[in-house]
Amino acid sequence: MTAEVITPRRAGSYPIRIGIPFAVVMLLLAIGPLVGLPKFLQSLVVEILTFSLLALSLNVLLGYTGLVSLGHAAFFGVGGYALGIIASRFTPDIAITLPAAIAATVLLAIPVGWLSIRLSGFYFLMITFAFAQMVFVAAFRWKRLTGGSDGLIIPAPTLFGVPVLQGSQQFYFFTLAVFAICCVAMFAVVHSQFGRTLVGIRENTARMRAIGYNVRRYKLAAFLIGAAFSGVAGVLNALFNLFIAPESAHWTQSALVLVMVLIGGAGFFVGPIVGTAIVIALQYWLSSYTEYWGLVLGLLFIVLISGAREGVTGLLVQIYRRSHRATP
Amino acid sequence: MLEFLTVQSLNGLVYSMVLFLLALGLSLTFGLLRVVNLAHGAFFLMGAYFGTTVWGLTHSFWAAVVIAPLGAALMGGLLEKLWLQRFYVRDELDQVILTFGFALVFSDLMKVLWGKDIRGFPTPSAFSGAVEIANISFPSYRLLLILVGVALFVITWLAIERTRIGALIRASVADRVMVSGLGFDIRLLFTIVFAFGTGIAGLAGVLGAPIMGIYPGLDFEVLITTLIVVVVGGLGSIAGAFWASLLIGMAETFGKALVPEVASFIIFALMAGVLLIRAWGRDEEEVE
Repeated sequence: MTAEVITPRRAGSYPIRIGIPFAVVMLLLAIGPLVGLPKFLQSLVVEILTFSLLALSLNVLLGYTGLVSLGHAAFFGVGGYALGIIASRFTPDIAITLPAAIAATVLLAIPVGWLSIRLSGFYFLMITFAFAQMVFVAAFRWKRLTGGSDGLIIPAPTLFGVPVLQGSQQFYFFTLAVFAICCVAMFAVVHSQFGRTLVGIRENTARMRAIGYNVRRYKLAAFLIGAAFSGVAGVLNALFNLFIAPESAHWTQSALVLVMVLIGGAGFFVGPIVGTAIVIALQYWLSSYTEYWGLVLGLLFIVLISGAREGVTGLLVQIYRRSHRATP
Repeated sequence: MLEFLTVQSLNGLVYSMVLFLLALGLSLTFGLLRVVNLAHGAFFLMGAYFGTTVWGLTHSFWAAVVIAPLGAALMGGLLEKLWLQRFYVRDELDQVILTFGFALVFSDLMKVLWGKDIRGFPTPSAFSGAVEIANISFPSYRLLLILVGVALFVITWLAIERTRIGALIRASVADRVMVSGLGFDIRLLFTIVFAFGTGIAGLAGVLGAPIMGIYPGLDFEVLITTLIVVVVGGLGSIAGAFWASLLIGMAETFGKALVPEVASFIIFALMAGVLLIRAWGRDEEEVE
């Protein structure tokens, strides 16, 4: 999918060029509630940020390493379930539940990733799909642990015994902060030496192996990073709803994240964020036609592959470049 | 105990043969066109719905069995001719996403056209009875399905190994540029094979309808199982698809009867296991 997509060339100023708009947007979002951003828009922003994080984490694999996973929601689900189970059985203290949930996600990702990276292309897609469906079946059937199809109600979080993240306002700022930190961390990862090695593996695995890189170790590292941030997104989602159900790990959820990344454009760091915003906005807009949501997604896929394989971000960049060439 | 084993084995065989009809088309299409057609399940359901419509008009099961697969084949041929053909030069995953898009669109269109209720489909009167096998009476229609599956396996295998068009298909799998250079219309061949594959999926739909029922969402259910079969059997291999159908069909049938909670777990684990065995000790790009 991404074989021909070229990574943004990094002129020296690249992190600044993307960093300033990012900081501005974050700042605008931060002052939003203070100047009267309506409640429903706030929860829409929280949802977009949470799923953007999930889509960004998938793009570490898809866009940068060239591994198309159809099982990424498994880690999203496991993060949420781990948080829910620890919170309802031991303590809802987020100083414990947050790190423990992310650790649980990574612990699961180690064997899954170690095995999955032995395959590539369509087979990688199928094996990640298989592992994710196993997680889904476990969440669905292991009633004593997960509550089965009824889902799991999560007790409200505390911090050192004090209730926190109670109002939607507090949660809004919490999500924004977590998103900003994770975003910067992922940006740093994919634009480091390590990230460039991943792109090298995507472009020509055999050559990278011949040069002497331990390709599998890099792929596994990318897989674990993707899974960890997916777990963070799962934790945010679980804390937002204070509820988690098996559907969050279902393959349709994985497919939806894949759509978000592809619609936004896998070749761009901000692509997944753009894609997530579009998909979630569409979901809200078309909420009275949810029966035929599949039709909308399907048409989006067909249009995307037929006309705009670099996603909406790719289209915007093309338009921008053309307009700049026209007026020198 | 013995009765349980016999009944479940026969049911497993029936299910395996429906799976094989599905896997046959998918595997053949992949072998020749190198396209993993994720809309394959949609053609199964389409065949079943075409069948109900034809049955509603004619009240003839056999008319449905003939017309429904032809309808599915026509739709498949059109899809290939009008849309997919332009995307063969693309990355394999582009085609995966494109056909998945069509799968979603077809799925919702069928919901619009045929509604969301579960539909039944009567077995033909000639096969409504039962046959005694080892003191167990087994519906004769199910036995017919087993025969159809085995017959199609033999016929397709012979057609590919022993006929001229089969030779052409094998040659195109090996080197399509050379075949088209020799003056054969390879585009037409692609369309025909794609239409054949979707037609067989439609046949599986109409034949399987009396025992499986017809309902929205069935398309993705069978798609997932078929993908597992095809991956386990090896993409592009007809014999592989046959044996993998038996393995997965039996595993799922016995799984559902013995440990219903984890039946779907078993087939996913089987697929992961087979993939890993095939991949072990190789570089990841070399796994076939």
